[in-house]
Amino acid sequence: MLMNSKPIIEFTNFTFQYFSQAQPTLHDINLKIYTGQKILIVGPSGSGKSTLGHCLNGLIPFSYKGEVHGSLKINGRETSTLDIFKLSKTIGTVLQDSDAQFVGLTVGEDIAFALENDNIPTDEMHQRVRSVAQMVDMHNWLTSSPFELSGGQKQRTSLAGVMIDDVDILLFDEPLANLDPATGKIAIEIIDDIHKQSGKTILIIEHRLEDVLHRDVDRVIVINDGRIIADMDAHSLVASVVLQETGIREPLYVTALKYAGVQVTEAMQAGYIETLKSELSRDALQIWYRRIQPTRQLNTRLSILNMENISFSYDGLRPVLEDINFDIKEGEMVSIVGKNGAGKSTLSKLLCGFEREDHGRILYRGEDIRTKSIKERAEIIGLVMQNPNQMISKPLIFDEVALGLRLRQVPEEKITARVEKVLKVCGLAPFIEWPISALSYGQKKRVTIASILVLDPKILILDEPTAGQDYRHYTEIMEFLVEINKLGVTIILITHDMHLMLEYTPRAIVLADGRKIADTTAAEVLTDAKVIVEANLKETSLFALSQMADVEDGTQFVQSFIDYERRLKNR
Amino acid sequence: MNMKMKLFSYNLADTFIHRLSGLTKLICFLFLTFAVMYSYDIRVILVVMVFSILLMRTAQIQFSQVRLMVIYVLIFIFTNAVISFFFSPEFGTSIYGTSHEFASVFGISLTFEQLFYQVTKIFKYASVIPLGMIFLLTTNPSEFASSLNGIRVNYKAAVAVALTLRYFPDIQRDYKDIYLAQQARGLELSRKAKFIDRFKNSLLIVIPLIFSTLDRVEVISNAMDLRGFSKSKTRTWYMSRNFSRQDALALVVSGLIFIATVFVSIFINHSRFYNPFI
Amino acid sequence: MRDIFKVNTKTIVATGLGAAIFTLLFMYVKVPSPVPETSFQTAYGVSALFATLFGPIAGALISFIGHALSDAIQYGSPWWSWVIASGVSGFIFGFAFKRTKVEEGEFKGKDIITFNIIQVIGNVIAWVVIAPLLDILIYQEPANLVFTQGITAAIMNSVSAGVIGTLLLVAYAATRTKKGSLSMK
Ligand SMILES: Nc1ncnc2c1ncn2[C@@H]1O[C@H](COP(=O)(O)OP(=O)(O)OP(=O)(O)O)[C@@H](O)[C@H]1O
Ligand SMILES: Nc1ncnc2c1ncn2[C@@H]1O[C@H](COP(=O)(O)OP(=O)(O)OP(=O)(O)O)[C@@H](O)[C@H]1O
Ligand SMILES: [Mg+2]
Ligand SMILES: [Mg+2]
Repeated sequence: MLMNSKPIIEFTNFTFQYFSQAQPTLHDINLKIYTGQKILIVGPSGSGKSTLGHCLNGLIPFSYKGEVHGSLKINGRETSTLDIFKLSKTIGTVLQDSDAQFVGLTVGEDIAFALENDNIPTDEMHQRVRSVAQMVDMHNWLTSSPFELSGGQKQRTSLAGVMIDDVDILLFDEPLANLDPATGKIAIEIIDDIHKQSGKTILIIEHRLEDVLHRDVDRVIVINDGRIIADMDAHSLVASVVLQETGIREPLYVTALKYAGVQVTEAMQAGYIETLKSELSRDALQIWYRRIQPTRQLNTRLSILNMENISFSYDGLRPVLEDINFDIKEGEMVSIVGKNGAGKSTLSKLLCGFEREDHGRILYRGEDIRTKSIKERAEIIGLVMQNPNQMISKPLIFDEVALGLRLRQVPEEKITARVEKVLKVCGLAPFIEWPISALSYGQKKRVTIASILVLDPKILILDEPTAGQDYRHYTEIMEFLVEINKLGVTIILITHDMHLMLEYTPRAIVLADGRKIADTTAAEVLTDAKVIVEANLKETSLFALSQMADVEDGTQFVQSFIDYERRLKNR
Repeated sequence: MNMKMKLFSYNLADTFIHRLSGLTKLICFLFLTFAVMYSYDIRVILVVMVFSILLMRTAQIQFSQVRLMVIYVLIFIFTNAVISFFFSPEFGTSIYGTSHEFASVFGISLTFEQLFYQVTKIFKYASVIPLGMIFLLTTNPSEFASSLNGIRVNYKAAVAVALTLRYFPDIQRDYKDIYLAQQARGLELSRKAKFIDRFKNSLLIVIPLIFSTLDRVEVISNAMDLRGFSKSKTRTWYMSRNFSRQDALALVVSGLIFIATVFVSIFINHSRFYNPFI
Repeated sequence: MRDIFKVNTKTIVATGLGAAIFTLLFMYVKVPSPVPETSFQTAYGVSALFATLFGPIAGALISFIGHALSDAIQYGSPWWSWVIASGVSGFIFGFAFKRTKVEEGEFKGKDIITFNIIQVIGNVIAWVVIAPLLDILIYQEPANLVFTQGITAAIMNSVSAGVIGTLLLVAYAATRTKKGSLSMK
């Protein structure tokens, strides 16, 4: 690897405190990044990762005010002497929210946005847009509007929009959030190809460690509470205790190795599944696998929710859901997965009566609920929508969570107790007096979960509950859901997170292009190559591990892993 | 509430009018509408109106595309005619300086002057509509902002218009989602609730819409700053089109119509009104 | 001199999105009034809010673009005299920008009065002076009709901006955070 003696980015004793915060968010950062390196930044939610990114691209102090101490140099120049426009020539940023990043009316215009601001003549602009669009494979979509694009295509457009300026550094803030697994994988591949071809310096901020490690990175930097606590390569990172201590999800196959009693060391090269030296662990895995008793229990309870031949279209032309049938039993925990735009969120809207099906019936305990209004259905079904901003209507956290209870005329004394309990479960107790506007995306999402949980619905639908959550909070929320599930609440999870599906939902319904293509156990879904391709999912690394360990039945191996983990957690 | 109404049903036919640049169409639209807004001469107005209806056919606009607008406009023109009659039944007389009564309604005398004034006004208002529809239905919204900048509107204002067009569908979708989400929390929005409650409850929808939009303002303006927006005094446009001979032709024709209108008023009618009564 | 006419990226984005909300509310969220061709428009509450937060230029453009766009969508062409009057009202609302403490998280007594005086002045100038004059100048409408309509519009838009605008500003103030105020419990 190319190692210039001079770093392209250099933080020295750098501290930053937001205007409205009582404490600094970044403490005493010392970090050198060299030209051409590819860096992954991980850390719990609220640890300061995005803040670090804002310091690099100039949004701090241009847009966010606060106090800076210490020095930050980019290309040898102190950033305090540069403005955001000069910085934007050196560093291109792809923001987490691809809808906000998409400011043009069409793909072409959006890619050209930086050139327009630079007064590039129209003809030259068209040429450059075409060639960059080709790099990210969007050249056939130049006249499409954001409404017609999938999440992955929007992400590609954002990428082209920053690459067109020929910057030295590319910064990605959670590029995978809201992408389906296959599209996320492709996004990582595109970033990697650009890195290899152009030699640009690349920084990726992401919660989904295993997904980023699909391609190699030079260094992983771990941030916790605004401090850098680790800076190492992927192999040493997974061999260390840093991930557990900071509550970051380690790759699943590493967890499996540890369960099997294998000592994960640097020498095993466990940073990537491809480099893993499996011969060191084969026997241990086989022994561990054989020892696990399968626990397949069938749910024989009555069905609570039934979809019969449901079809739906928003505009009367293009079908979004076609002939969907399924049957959910009381007290089940099911996940609905599938590619971006498959119709998952639409399905949840039909269940709640937000939209009305064109054909078919929805039954609740055998009774058709066609005539029930949204409000009546809400007594039974609680929906946590994908976008938290659409649910939040009060400025303060407490009032927001209490809103539903107040509208149902619950006495105020009871409200306080119930709200406080739920806020604690959702990890929001420390913020109880904060305005919602001061929360990070992940924290807002938890507020909306709390505001529905507090209503005690019979059936709970959560649309992407873990988007933007770190592993610790994710586990807390999910364990709470498991608990209320045991008390009889039926839970439906809509998710792109394959770990979540594997760990928590015995059954998965898979949608692709508006059709149901599978309805079986999570382990089976994630080991079925055909379903995986059709629904843009990703094979789990556990399956790859089972093949390395010469286990014949990979699906059973994955299932055993789940059973083992469940028993571990229940202890 | 009809949420399925599209913002622009911009149609992708390939006609002479579609091929004109957005800037040309904007200038022609302004020339022609100013002409009919200025003139109160029914002859001029009818000429422009016939001309614009012919243009509508050239642009292959179907009646079904504009039916809703036509209904709105007819209601508007009709109520306007009725109330302006009851407010000022003598207005025509005072404009034209003569009074030829031919009937009376509810004791108010009806004059030819008033009738003529009101008929002229109906056509005056109606004649603007086809022009607007042609402009809306044949101009690519993306080209609109660059055309505004082309007629010397500050580019920042032009970008604001582009952003409005870009985010209107998103905001419309958000509005609907929030409306439903609040109902699912137990909000009563039907006619069952008292007026004051309904008012308070509808605020519970407008408030999240506005606050999430304000959050978005922050993120979007960050995204734009990061890509160098507003760093220089001018800006070029990806969607601006080069001028063709057809553009020149269209500009000349509509310019001439405008000049002719003004000419008729100043040198023939000696006023904005055409007076057949003297 | 407070620099209330400065335009930065945030002003532009706020204008674009504000105009989109204005258009939406202008078309769908209104209550008809007894006087013909006028209605109680909630949209003016929103333009008053945005004008107070982002200044006269944003205020003017939001009402102008929003009104023009919703006219164009519904009627095919904007009704210029009223569109211009809308723009003027938004412009004058913008003089409340930086005159209240709403950004620091306070919107009480004196601020509410300042805001409401400004918005009433704006509505009166726009609807009792500008709109009728333009109606007469451009369209030669009878004077007594346009002044009656103008006065009705001024009253209703003042109520809309006053009630909805004030409530929104109070709610907005509650979301602002003070320096060094956020710490975990
Ligand atoms: N504009 C702001 N004003 C005040 N505090 C802020 C602001 N933005 C972020 N913070 C606070 O700074 C801390 C770090 O936030 P940051 O967004 O950098 O976290 P993050 O590591 O990117 O988290 P996530 O993974 O959830 O995106 C959080 O506690 C957050 O509340
Ligand atoms: N309100 C709407 N009006 C029109 N079309 C819509 C609307 N909402 C969604 N769609 C379209 O319906 C299709 C299914 O969307 P949906 O949101 O259900 O997908 P999804 O499976 O939830 O995707 P994601 O994983 O990206 O959240 C998409 O093509 C989308 O563009
Ligand atoms: Mg972040
Ligand atoms: Mg979805």
